Amino acid sequence: MKLDFSGLESSAPLYGGNNELLSDGFSAAPSFDLPVTSDFDDFQKNSIQMVKPAKGTTTLAFIFKDGVMVAADSRASMGGYISSQSVKKIIEINPYMLGTMAGGAADCQFWHRNLGIKCRLHELANKRRISVTGASKLLANILYSYRGMGLSVGTMIAGWDEKGPGLYYVDSEGGRLKGTKFSVGSGSPYAYGVLDSGYKYDMTIDEAAELARRAIYHATFRDGASGGVASVYHVGPTGWTKLSGDDVGELHYSYYPVEPAVVEQEMTEAVAV
Amino acid sequence: MPKEHANWSPYDNNGGTCVAIAGADYCVIAADTRMSTGYSILTRDYSKICKLADKSFMASSGFQADVKALQKVLSSRHLIYQHQHNKQMSCPAMAQLLSNTLYYKRFFPYYAFNVLGGLDSEGKGCVFTYDAVGSYERVGYSAQGSGATLITPFLDNQLKSPSPLLLPAKDAVTPLSEAEAVDLVKTCFSSATERDIYTGDSVEIIILNASGVRHESEQLRKD
Repeated sequence: MKLDFSGLESSAPLYGGNNELLSDGFSAAPSFDLPVTSDFDDFQKNSIQMVKPAKGTTTLAFIFKDGVMVAADSRASMGGYISSQSVKKIIEINPYMLGTMAGGAADCQFWHRNLGIKCRLHELANKRRISVTGASKLLANILYSYRGMGLSVGTMIAGWDEKGPGLYYVDSEGGRLKGTKFSVGSGSPYAYGVLDSGYKYDMTIDEAAELARRAIYHATFRDGASGGVASVYHVGPTGWTKLSGDDVGELHYSYYPVEPAVVEQEMTEAVAV
Repeated sequence: MPKEHANWSPYDNNGGTCVAIAGADYCVIAADTRMSTGYSILTRDYSKICKLADKSFMASSGFQADVKALQKVLSSRHLIYQHQHNKQMSCPAMAQLLSNTLYYKRFFPYYAFNVLGGLDSEGKGCVFTYDAVGSYERVGYSAQGSGATLITPFLDNQLKSPSPLLLPAKDAVTPLSEAEAVDLVKTCFSSATERDIYTGDSVEIIILNASGVRHESEQLRKD
């Protein structure tokens, strides 16, 4: 049905008409062709990028002599607002495999839970545990099939299987990389700095845990999108154990204690007369 | 050819704020009763809280049509569970069901910001907080909705809930008594009402504990 809009049309033209108040040359109709776009200087694109949770996080994992060390911060930010300081970014897929979370929290949580289910089904069907290679491939294939649809997942799958410790990086672009040391998130450059300078394959578990903890601490110190609690997990031949969970604010003062200043004049309470 | 954009949106924001606080043996769930659209108030008397199970209450702000649809889906899923298992769903189980239900619509989300409150199987208070697509975590307290950014810093200060990620583990539930927690919630809402235009009219408070459910209502500024 064609509606009659003639009553709504305004009789005065929008511009280019002869309104003397404004005809000072500025409001005349443009004499050049305007480009056919609504986003002239990428303002819209940049502002959307600003609000996107651009993997604002720090997670890391590395293989060493005694297994895999996995660590992460716990801050979730939405644009400039900290939506949570207690997000579990290390997801326990099953008692011998861990996944880290970076990117969309719901995407990571859901697909890691789904991976846990698939790993369990594999165990039941094949009467043996799934390898880290297999588990990471399952996840990577799922994410590849959703490629381009807007999922945001940057995860590391860490575990111990028959071949020993295993570590893979998997992301929502469909990438899957095997490696011995990874860090994912906006704080990763800072974490890599600490990790690369302190890493030795022959570290003990305590040394490796302290390296991981320091790397997360330094990343939270310099990256605004990382913070909260630094969690450190170890994956060994018998499965994973949580080694520590420390508030990074408190870690700062344990690493850099404040020297009490020399008091020259002490103020005392004024006594009422 | 540059992409054409739709000239209408399937979503609307009806505003409102929800809060939940978990205690040692109780849980307080509260939401204001104002429903708005743009600068207009649609009604001053709309309940945003829904009883999903005996020990699970969900409060949701956002787009109330999506909230209503979500409540219906969860209630019917709970009914099916009761038929199949001959018992009520526990609060942590309902929490995961809600998460999966939200993620099911990952590519056309429910515009609902939810807080789930209840008692776990040990009788301790539990609160779960969600984003629009289903990521969730168990917390000691949470606020969602238009007044959340005003209320959350205040609760951070008053409740000082230790992070559940700390090792050695510390209890996330607040040591406050039930009466103190209810009073705190009333304070939260009266403060949020002062500075958030979408929050006000009245606050509906549900208190869940071992002896059952209690309702309280407090009038708020209507401007």
